[in-house]
Amino acid sequence: MAKKKKPAAQPGSAYIIQPPDPNEERHTLAVVVTNEPGVLARVIGLFSGRGYNIESLTVAPVNEDESMSRITIVTSGTPMIIEQIKNQLNRLVPVHDVHDLTEEGPFVERELALVKVIAKSRSHERRESLRIAEIFGAKVADTTTDSFAFSMTGSPEKVMAFVDLMRALGKTEVVLSGVVAIARGSEAL
Amino acid sequence: MAVEKPLTGAQVIIKALVDQGVEVVFGYPGGAVLPIYDEIFKQNSLRHILVRHEQGAVHAAEGYARATGKVGVVLVTSGPGATNAVTGLTDALMDSIPVVCLTGQVPTHLIGNDAFQECDTTGITRPCTKHNYLVKESEALAHTMHEAFYVARSGRPGPVVVDLPKDIQFADAPYIGPEAVKPRSYIPQVKGDTARIEEAIDLIANAERPVFYGGGGIINSGPNACKRFTDFVRMTGYPCTLTLMGLGAYPASDRQFLGMLGMHGTYEANLAMHGCDVMVAVGSRFDDRITGRLDAFAPRAKIIHIDIDPSSINKNVHVDVPIVGDVGHVMGQFQRCWKSRVKRRKNGKAVEAWWRKIEGWRKRNCLAYKMDDQVIKPQYALERLYALTKDRDTFISTEVGQHQMWAAQFCKFEKPNRWMTSGGLGTMGYGLPAAIGAQIGHPKKLVIDVAGEASIMMNIQEMSTAIQHRLPVKIFILNNQYMGMVRQWQELLHGGRYSESYSAALPDFVKLAESFGAVGLRATKPSEVDDLIKEMISVDNTVIADIAVDPAENCYPMIPSGSAHNEMIMGDSGIDAEEQSVAEDGMVLV
Repeated sequence: MAKKKKPAAQPGSAYIIQPPDPNEERHTLAVVVTNEPGVLARVIGLFSGRGYNIESLTVAPVNEDESMSRITIVTSGTPMIIEQIKNQLNRLVPVHDVHDLTEEGPFVERELALVKVIAKSRSHERRESLRIAEIFGAKVADTTTDSFAFSMTGSPEKVMAFVDLMRALGKTEVVLSGVVAIARGSEAL
Repeated sequence: MAVEKPLTGAQVIIKALVDQGVEVVFGYPGGAVLPIYDEIFKQNSLRHILVRHEQGAVHAAEGYARATGKVGVVLVTSGPGATNAVTGLTDALMDSIPVVCLTGQVPTHLIGNDAFQECDTTGITRPCTKHNYLVKESEALAHTMHEAFYVARSGRPGPVVVDLPKDIQFADAPYIGPEAVKPRSYIPQVKGDTARIEEAIDLIANAERPVFYGGGGIINSGPNACKRFTDFVRMTGYPCTLTLMGLGAYPASDRQFLGMLGMHGTYEANLAMHGCDVMVAVGSRFDDRITGRLDAFAPRAKIIHIDIDPSSINKNVHVDVPIVGDVGHVMGQFQRCWKSRVKRRKNGKAVEAWWRKIEGWRKRNCLAYKMDDQVIKPQYALERLYALTKDRDTFISTEVGQHQMWAAQFCKFEKPNRWMTSGGLGTMGYGLPAAIGAQIGHPKKLVIDVAGEASIMMNIQEMSTAIQHRLPVKIFILNNQYMGMVRQWQELLHGGRYSESYSAALPDFVKLAESFGAVGLRATKPSEVDDLIKEMISVDNTVIADIAVDPAENCYPMIPSGSAHNEMIMGDSGIDAEEQSVAEDGMVLV
């Protein structure tokens, strides 16, 4: 029977090729690492080497003596991949803690955008951009007679909505900080 | 010792090695490590084994580590020294072998300047080490050295690189002992979760078609872990299979042992895996060569998985009862829990029926081959090698390919740490340096490198190492004049188009051995095999034995990639039709 049965899939392939899984979830991870040279390269190398997604990544030292950094990573994948990502991160020697904020409960996400909108002075677009900025609570960080640079903070969705509106009003330049996130409630990591 | 002169970096490095219990360093000197070599010259507690290529140094350290259970230590220079070590480091990472590799580096002020023999060692080795360090301050040197050993041997072991700029080696450096170094982050979980263990024991005690599937993690956990694993498997009376990396963790002669599983595993082991209702995976990682097609892997099994590395759990296969912990420790917990929890078992009849089924599969005698009285069958050569060496404590390493799989099938291991093979990375050229490392660890024992004529050429330069250090390793070449596994795949999957897989322009291995100062032997007929093996063992020198074997022989059983465990291709075993039909009935059942 074994002899009669031909190998099922991919003749000639030494590996098993699986179709992409549609059940991808977006997760926000907070990773506490030793603040040392190369630590970011280790984290990024892990993601690229194992084919995981990075949608956003921010990093900065966060404790008083700057010995630790907190990396916020927004990633996506199937539940199995997300679990792998966390376990693989935990395996890195300079990693102290990995928190899956998405899984651990409600959390707040914020992103900073700097958006420059170039629109002729006294034009409709210039006035409109200022009005939208007011609605979104964006501040004017810089201005010339032909442009505004807005600074706007909010959830990634709100920031993207703001940026999209600004894009419709003229030539724009957009800078995004990437997402930072913190769990709601009275407990600290 | 009135006024102590401060130590130099190079002295601190040597002192740290000695304090870590290191006896042997495998290395190759060069400009960026000269201060360390100068200190090696001045002392007697470390033995330096000069290799002929840095890849060989790492493989030798791996062989040493696997044969002794200690950390293997490598010392190479900057630039090409470090890049040549990369294959060995990757190999050690894939097979979880504890290795500390010290690499020289250009002085700190030249780093990034494209200096002579400079390379970004930490950048290059980041993905192929468990961790790596660049020592930029001499104050951090001693701490880094000790931490490197801690990381290499703790948890799931692996290779660690310490990159040592030359100015650090010259600078004054404070010394602290290993006891003063406490791990800051990496603290692996050793003890298994009690609730999970109780859940696992209940599953195991009520299983009707159980199987144990052990891997290299058991060996890495130490001989004591192997003993506890063996004891526990015997307590249950259930069948047990081992991966390529796990061979020796359970005595091969035991009735409960089904042989190796996986792509070239035995019929009974693979069908037991396919048909089981409870699988106990111990220190194994569900590699693609083990699972075959994932969606058809053990379709009815509840899986219990014990591993010290949480990232191994649920990576390829969904696990029902994950237990993170050290195998040795968890097996002790299993035994205690089993004794206290399992009083009366109701699965006796079911397990008996399961064993009857397995015995039926065993009768299929899947490793059988057609004997020939003119041409040496590679299986025959290995069968005889095993028969003539089994009464000694024999250490076997292999290269990679058909001969490796045959060695895994035909050499039986009763104890751990006797078997050294490149499992994860599949590195041709691994066997000879690994055998050298094993022989260094066990100078009086018989160490054999089972090789193919193609693989052996990849690190043949290490013959000089063996001769220089008077290491009587035996290189047993199954010479089929092909890269056999490549040829087999080409035959089965690429219409017999043997593209570039013929070993053309081979050396005369007997003369080659002699030119190194070793002994060369050759057998071309089955009748010559026994005498050759006996002579090979009795000669007190490095030996290359060139066995001319059947070039057309394929390695079976074989699960082609993309197939399931019950879709094995069997070899021509010459078994009569009646027994075959019994086996096929068994196949239908699972």
